[in-house]
Amino acid sequence: MPRIVLNGERTTLPEGATAADAVRASGADGEARGVAVALDGEVVPRGEWRSTPLTDGGVVEVLTAVQGG
Amino acid sequence: MPALRIADRTFDSRLVIGTGGFRNHEVMAEAVEASGAEMATVAMRRVGPSGPGSLVEVLEGCGCSILPNTAGCFTARDAVSTARLAREALETDWVKLEVIGDDKTLLPDAVELLDAAETLVADGFTVLPYTNDDPVLARRLEDVGCAAVMPLGSPIGSGMGIANPYNLRLIVEAARVPVILDAGIGTASDAALAMEAGCDGVLLASAISRAKDPPAMARAMRLAVEAGRLAREAGRIPRRHYAEASSPVEGVAELT
Repeated sequence: MPRIVLNGERTTLPEGATAADAVRASGADGEARGVAVALDGEVVPRGEWRSTPLTDGGVVEVLTAVQGG
Repeated sequence: MPALRIADRTFDSRLVIGTGGFRNHEVMAEAVEASGAEMATVAMRRVGPSGPGSLVEVLEGCGCSILPNTAGCFTARDAVSTARLAREALETDWVKLEVIGDDKTLLPDAVELLDAAETLVADGFTVLPYTNDDPVLARRLEDVGCAAVMPLGSPIGSGMGIANPYNLRLIVEAARVPVILDAGIGTASDAALAMEAGCDGVLLASAISRAKDPPAMARAMRLAVEAGRLAREAGRIPRRHYAEASSPVEGVAELT
């Protein structure tokens, strides 16, 4: 079971979890536009969320657009 | 009024609106509509407890295209990553590039900014950098391929207007890309002054979003930007030290 850091919080996801599972765990609506994922600082394109496995120590950021600037 | 052209796009409105600081989406939407802006900035942040809202949909419903920013980034590396995430999330390669030096002034870090701009241009982004009111830095940003330069009038959210009109004039004179005054606007006359100084557009957020009546201030800003641009194009009269009569000086009756 991959122990990752998801948006700054230590989280353990089920065995075989992918970036798509991290998106779900973050509370984001993965189907909606406006969500992006970085794994260890690198963008994971939406089309690769389901095929990007997570491993121990992975740092995942799930971002969305908010009011700003 | 001729359209504002940035990279491959044209805008009828020369006002770009920032969405930070509005109380809620309803007030924001009302203000965005009243401003007439066709492009609105957003920031990228971690998904919150409430999940992603309908911000993008609300803005697009107002007829605005989305301009993601890299607010909160202190290094070129972070800004580049944030821009790439924004591109993925929002399907746009346009970015308002911000790389700040410290929390207190939010002034741009020139070295990191130029570095990030160069990287993002090479990566295919249309880069609109928030920059200092520094004519040399503006030129360097243009040289690395930025689609516009966006000098500050004064620090973000300060409402101090255009602190250095002389520098702004130098930037406008030299620029071969659009100059958009970004940050520091407090009220409508500041926006008009920026346009009279020859800026191609104005980007502002707090002046509208934190005003007592944001939609009314949005309308004021729209009019100010239009008025300033028209005045610039109309050509103002020179300043002189003494009066110049506007009524004929000949033919005055002798009544005593």
